Amino acid sequence: MKSPEDIYHDLEAKFPGAGITREGNAIVVPKEKWAETAVFLKENPEYALDYLSCVTGVDYKEYLECVYHLYSLQKKTGLVTIKVRTDRQKSELPSVTPIWRSAEFQEREAYDLVGIHFQGHPDLRRILMWDGFQHHPLRKDYVQENQDRPPGEF
Amino acid sequence: METAANTSEIDQGLKSELQKKGIVVTAIQDLYNWGRRSSIWPLQFGLACCAIEMIATACARYDMDRFGAGLFRASPRQADLMIVAGTVTKKMAPQVVRLYNQMPEPKYCITMGACSISGGPFKDGYNVLRGIDRYIPVDVHLPGCPPRPEALLHGLMKLQEKIDSQVIEKTEWYQKGLKREFPVPEFGPNGLNPPYNPEVFTPGQQRPITV
Repeated sequence: MKSPEDIYHDLEAKFPGAGITREGNAIVVPKEKWAETAVFLKENPEYALDYLSCVTGVDYKEYLECVYHLYSLQKKTGLVTIKVRTDRQKSELPSVTPIWRSAEFQEREAYDLVGIHFQGHPDLRRILMWDGFQHHPLRKDYVQENQDRPPGEF
Repeated sequence: METAANTSEIDQGLKSELQKKGIVVTAIQDLYNWGRRSSIWPLQFGLACCAIEMIATACARYDMDRFGAGLFRASPRQADLMIVAGTVTKKMAPQVVRLYNQMPEPKYCITMGACSISGGPFKDGYNVLRGIDRYIPVDVHLPGCPPRPEALLHGLMKLQEKIDSQVIEKTEWYQKGLKREFPVPEFGPNGLNPPYNPEVFTPGQQRPITV
């Protein structure tokens, strides 16, 4: 099995100068290169990372991050962690739903709670909160409603 | 919960004297309330882990059927009692209120567990309602996380005491023009609207703990 370090070096060789870095065991991929990298990781028979187990949205105050946990069921290897960062104001990331179908609901959850807009997602709606809800409750600057306010106020 | 003792106008001494001779004397109201409290049919629904304890209470070891409350109905039209067992999320709250509205009178409500009383450990969450008594009147508050089956049985017995203490002529569901519909909250931009029903709930007020 290829270690995350090997995969990192392979990615650097495949996309030279793209700005792919490491953070612990995770590989940090710039969002412009993420769609290409994802296809490469899945299609390359050396990794065959065909199973995306988890998509997580994180708010780091300066930026938003999406963490992807990848396994290979074919080769029985894993875990490979990929992190992709995006701007807080204009939070857009390419969707990986066309590549790994399992990303569909999890990207919806990350959109709902953290507010990352996944470009190319087939059905980007809220999944946990209701449609009329206006905020992203797991963002650090989210202000909760006061449930003891007088009726009629918002 | 304030319950008056079941006061009967029949002389207790005479009653027991006659009972020894095989004659049972009772008042219509006692008989009526005895019937009502001995067949409380709960609504069959659970919201979270408290529902597991509720199921355990209904099963053989604790056997809620001994109290006449073992027949869980899948339809609110046939239920007398709503056991709110579990966390009420803001997304679920309108449906819980609607189910309560759909139950026929006389109807009762037990909030089971810390979450449905006050939000419990999720009180400060963005998605959890701070107690179902914000929208519907609650007869028995049953604390615990989750309450043991014995506690639920105790709560049920407290409810039976309350039913026993009700006077037929004065009960509100036999009064003319009774319309007990509790407004169903709507989804707002940041939470439920209204945040509580002022007819049944005042913020900051101490809630009576029954069990």
